[in-house]
Amino acid sequence: MYHVVIPKIGAATAWRTAARGFLAAQIPPHEICWQEPGTAPELFAHTQALPPTGDIKVSRRFVAMANSVVWHRDRDRFAHLYGFLWRLRDAPHLIGDHGDPHLARLRRMEKNVHRCQHKMKAFVRFREIGDPEAPRRSFAAWFEPTHHTVEPTASFFARRFGDMDWRIITPDKTAICVDGVVSFSAGQARPDLPEDAHEDLWIAYFENIFNPARLKVSAMCSEMPKKYWKNLPEAVAIPNLVKTAPERAEKMARAAPTLPPLRAERMKERLAQGNATDGALPSQTSAPRQRK
Amino acid sequence: MTVKRKLEILSDAAKYDASCASSGSSKRDSRDGKGLGSNEGSGICHAYAPDGRCISLLKILMTNFCVYDCSYCVNRVSSNVPRARFTVDEVVDLTINFYRRNYIEGLFLSSGIIRSPDATMADMVRIARRLRKEESFRGYIHLKTIPDAAPELIAEAGLLADRLSINVELPTDAAVEAYAPEKSPEQIRGAMADVRHRKDAAQDRSHRGRRPPRFAPAGQSTQMIIGADGATDKTILGRSTRLYGDYKLKRVYYSAFSPIPDSSAKLPLISPPLQREHRLYQADWLLRFYGFELDEITSTTRDGNLDLAVDPKLAWALEHRALFPVDVNKAPKELLLRVPGFGVKTAKRIVSTRRHCYLRYDHLLRIGGAMKKAQPFIVAGGWSPGSLTDSACLRARFAPSPEQLTLF
Ligand code: SF4
Repeated sequence: MYHVVIPKIGAATAWRTAARGFLAAQIPPHEICWQEPGTAPELFAHTQALPPTGDIKVSRRFVAMANSVVWHRDRDRFAHLYGFLWRLRDAPHLIGDHGDPHLARLRRMEKNVHRCQHKMKAFVRFREIGDPEAPRRSFAAWFEPTHHTVEPTASFFARRFGDMDWRIITPDKTAICVDGVVSFSAGQARPDLPEDAHEDLWIAYFENIFNPARLKVSAMCSEMPKKYWKNLPEAVAIPNLVKTAPERAEKMARAAPTLPPLRAERMKERLAQGNATDGALPSQTSAPRQRK
Repeated sequence: MTVKRKLEILSDAAKYDASCASSGSSKRDSRDGKGLGSNEGSGICHAYAPDGRCISLLKILMTNFCVYDCSYCVNRVSSNVPRARFTVDEVVDLTINFYRRNYIEGLFLSSGIIRSPDATMADMVRIARRLRKEESFRGYIHLKTIPDAAPELIAEAGLLADRLSINVELPTDAAVEAYAPEKSPEQIRGAMADVRHRKDAAQDRSHRGRRPPRFAPAGQSTQMIIGADGATDKTILGRSTRLYGDYKLKRVYYSAFSPIPDSSAKLPLISPPLQREHRLYQADWLLRFYGFELDEITSTTRDGNLDLAVDPKLAWALEHRALFPVDVNKAPKELLLRVPGFGVKTAKRIVSTRRHCYLRYDHLLRIGGAMKKAQPFIVAGGWSPGSLTDSACLRARFAPSPEQLTLF
């Protein structure tokens, strides 16, 4: 029995190196025990990995998939990946077989990770932690992703926020970007970030862009699941918006004036005249007209 | 007036524009450390409001003062809503600070018409220029252009913004004339044609092989208000088909007319069901990505309107049962695309998977087809719908049951 511990930081490379070694030495999946750091090694396990030897060719689609699946929360992810990689040796077409249950499971895990990355790009909220007048401004965010997504998603933030320093702190890992260079360190407990006045403006925006006449709470919740709310400043406004929406919508409808018969007539008139007003320039100085 | 108060008024005024898309522009980032922002193809929805709509952009009006009197609009001159006006600095500052906190993908700026169309457009262009040139902002900018603004302004707007849009407002010319008396449908179309030509021209290389700067790389879009006039879905879809064709629009947005504060006496009191808007989007999608022809979709309409109970693809399949069931192991992709419950991705996967294995029903489940819907319309290994395809009550299987009656 072989026993490998894949570290939290740099898991993708570590898994790939180990898997290459095992594959080259033709070690079947049931002889390998893949573990996360901190879990007690199994009794009787030899604690060792094999050095990679020689060139091993693997489908590019598999590599891309593995690069996401390694960040999944499932403890068995490394074993599942190696198990499938093992099968690919003499059945390379399996990587395109949408009917294979083993692949379907990995694809599902890949999708979970992609979704988690996507939500992270969307829902991280920075607060300013430095001097707004400094040549490079600095920001920090606390985030709680479902999977281990900080590492594969950090480059997105580096591409986007090129002229500022930032850090994203999660329970599992911290990503820090200073002068455009990203590094990772251990996770932390929720930090006390300074208040940020722009949050108040953002909440005001969130409240006012909402249309109470179209309340669709389930649509909102399916895209912005409740588990994220505790770290979204704007979420504090949701309960009240939902509660007052029907009343606000009704008030607007009630306040609406009745439909004058004039409407139909005016339309007919205009139709009869042909497009008489076409091309007519609007009067730019027309005085505000009041409804009678 | 505080910036917060202005923001409240000017975002409230902007919410009736359905578009919040930030996808499909040129790829760029700020890894060089000399700017702020990136664009990676697909836009990100940073939040969802309780109306289920995505919040991707800071969608605001520069001002909601307006000299026009469009009946469906809260900002029309005759409405009594509170008014405000942002300065150029305020819009730039809000955009940059929201962006840095990862609230938004960029700015969607429109405006009521103050002083004159040119003056209004010039102010909007000034904001975009400040963002791009002084703040080195590389995020997304969508400008709602004013149809009768000077061509130089539109030309500059297109070089600064990712997307330009001009709303056709209502599905027919007669309705525009009745409800937006100062606007001219012809002028709106002229402005869309102008944007299309500039965009096309920016694609041609010069004789030296150099490419001119890109013009509105994310294209142009428009919005139509649904249910304010009497236009049928048939008329609406006919209009959008022409808009897509004539002006190469990226998107036509349909916005169900919604009651607005202080609404005009000229408008219907009842808002149309949101379901109608949804069906129109589905039909629009079928026309653009599923190979449906306009008359195929409209042939299933009743009195010119789409069936609200079932989606337009299912409605079409129910009327063309002779074509079904389709054999998933043999049928060409075009036919797979017609199967209710199969999306573009499903059809593609079926074609690639059946090359090396005979597809059975449970394969299809894993591939991701909505099988409950597809069942009556397909044959696969271990599955045949039998007489289900032709059964008279097939529609009832899908249509929501009529509202329950209660004892009175
Ligand atoms: S021009 Fe018409 S639609 Fe535009 S803001 Fe003014 S009143 Fe509203």
